[in-house]
Amino acid sequence: MAHTIRIQAEPFDVAAETANLTAERADIGAIVAFTGLCRDEGGRLVALELEHYPGMAEAEIDRITEQAEKRWPLLGLTVIHRFGRISPGEEIVLVLAASAHRTAAFEAASFMMDYLKTQAPFWKREHLKDGTVGAWVEAKEADDRAMERWA
Amino acid sequence: MKLVYFAWVRERVGKTDEDVEVPEGIGTVADLVRWLKGRGEEYEYAFENEGIVRAAIDHVHVKPGASIAGAREIAFFPPMTGG
Repeated sequence: MAHTIRIQAEPFDVAAETANLTAERADIGAIVAFTGLCRDEGGRLVALELEHYPGMAEAEIDRITEQAEKRWPLLGLTVIHRFGRISPGEEIVLVLAASAHRTAAFEAASFMMDYLKTQAPFWKREHLKDGTVGAWVEAKEADDRAMERWA
Repeated sequence: MKLVYFAWVRERVGKTDEDVEVPEGIGTVADLVRWLKGRGEEYEYAFENEGIVRAAIDHVHVKPGASIAGAREIAFFPPMTGG
């Protein structure tokens, strides 16, 4: 199955990525797109800074993608994860899951996000409105539980 | 072997990476953490709660009991918060 994995500092274009996935194909009946955005947390943040582990980030997302391909009859999968400084309103992550029918696409996209949040080596740090660098974002137990439901 | 650190583990240790000669008898990730904690207070601080810090060997997640034999690069980092 065709899949695209990119780790990049630059923004991405959901429409262009979707067009890449469907180009010259007539078998895809469903695409579920998830875009994760940077929030300002009630006006508290001016940016999130994302640190990642180069090399492992790609390898781990590749392994997560392989698991999704084994579980669902996917016809395409795109994962783009940004790093560096990201302002509120900007996108952080994109998952596009393509299948013949919607259920596989919905479930695979959800699975990919639950695994990305807890297994892909990225760490967020807050940059605050007063100009100071805030805390590293703490991992949420709810995210671990969301991942465990796929076990 | 090469050790690499990320996020607040990196900040507490005070370096992004280092090459270390691990003494004989250090067989697992948990052994390595115990040995590192004896090297200085910055490591003591980084690994003060051993249950929190995660590890990867050659880009693959591992548990504390994993063998470090043959490892080229071992990474230590906090629970991940991407996505």
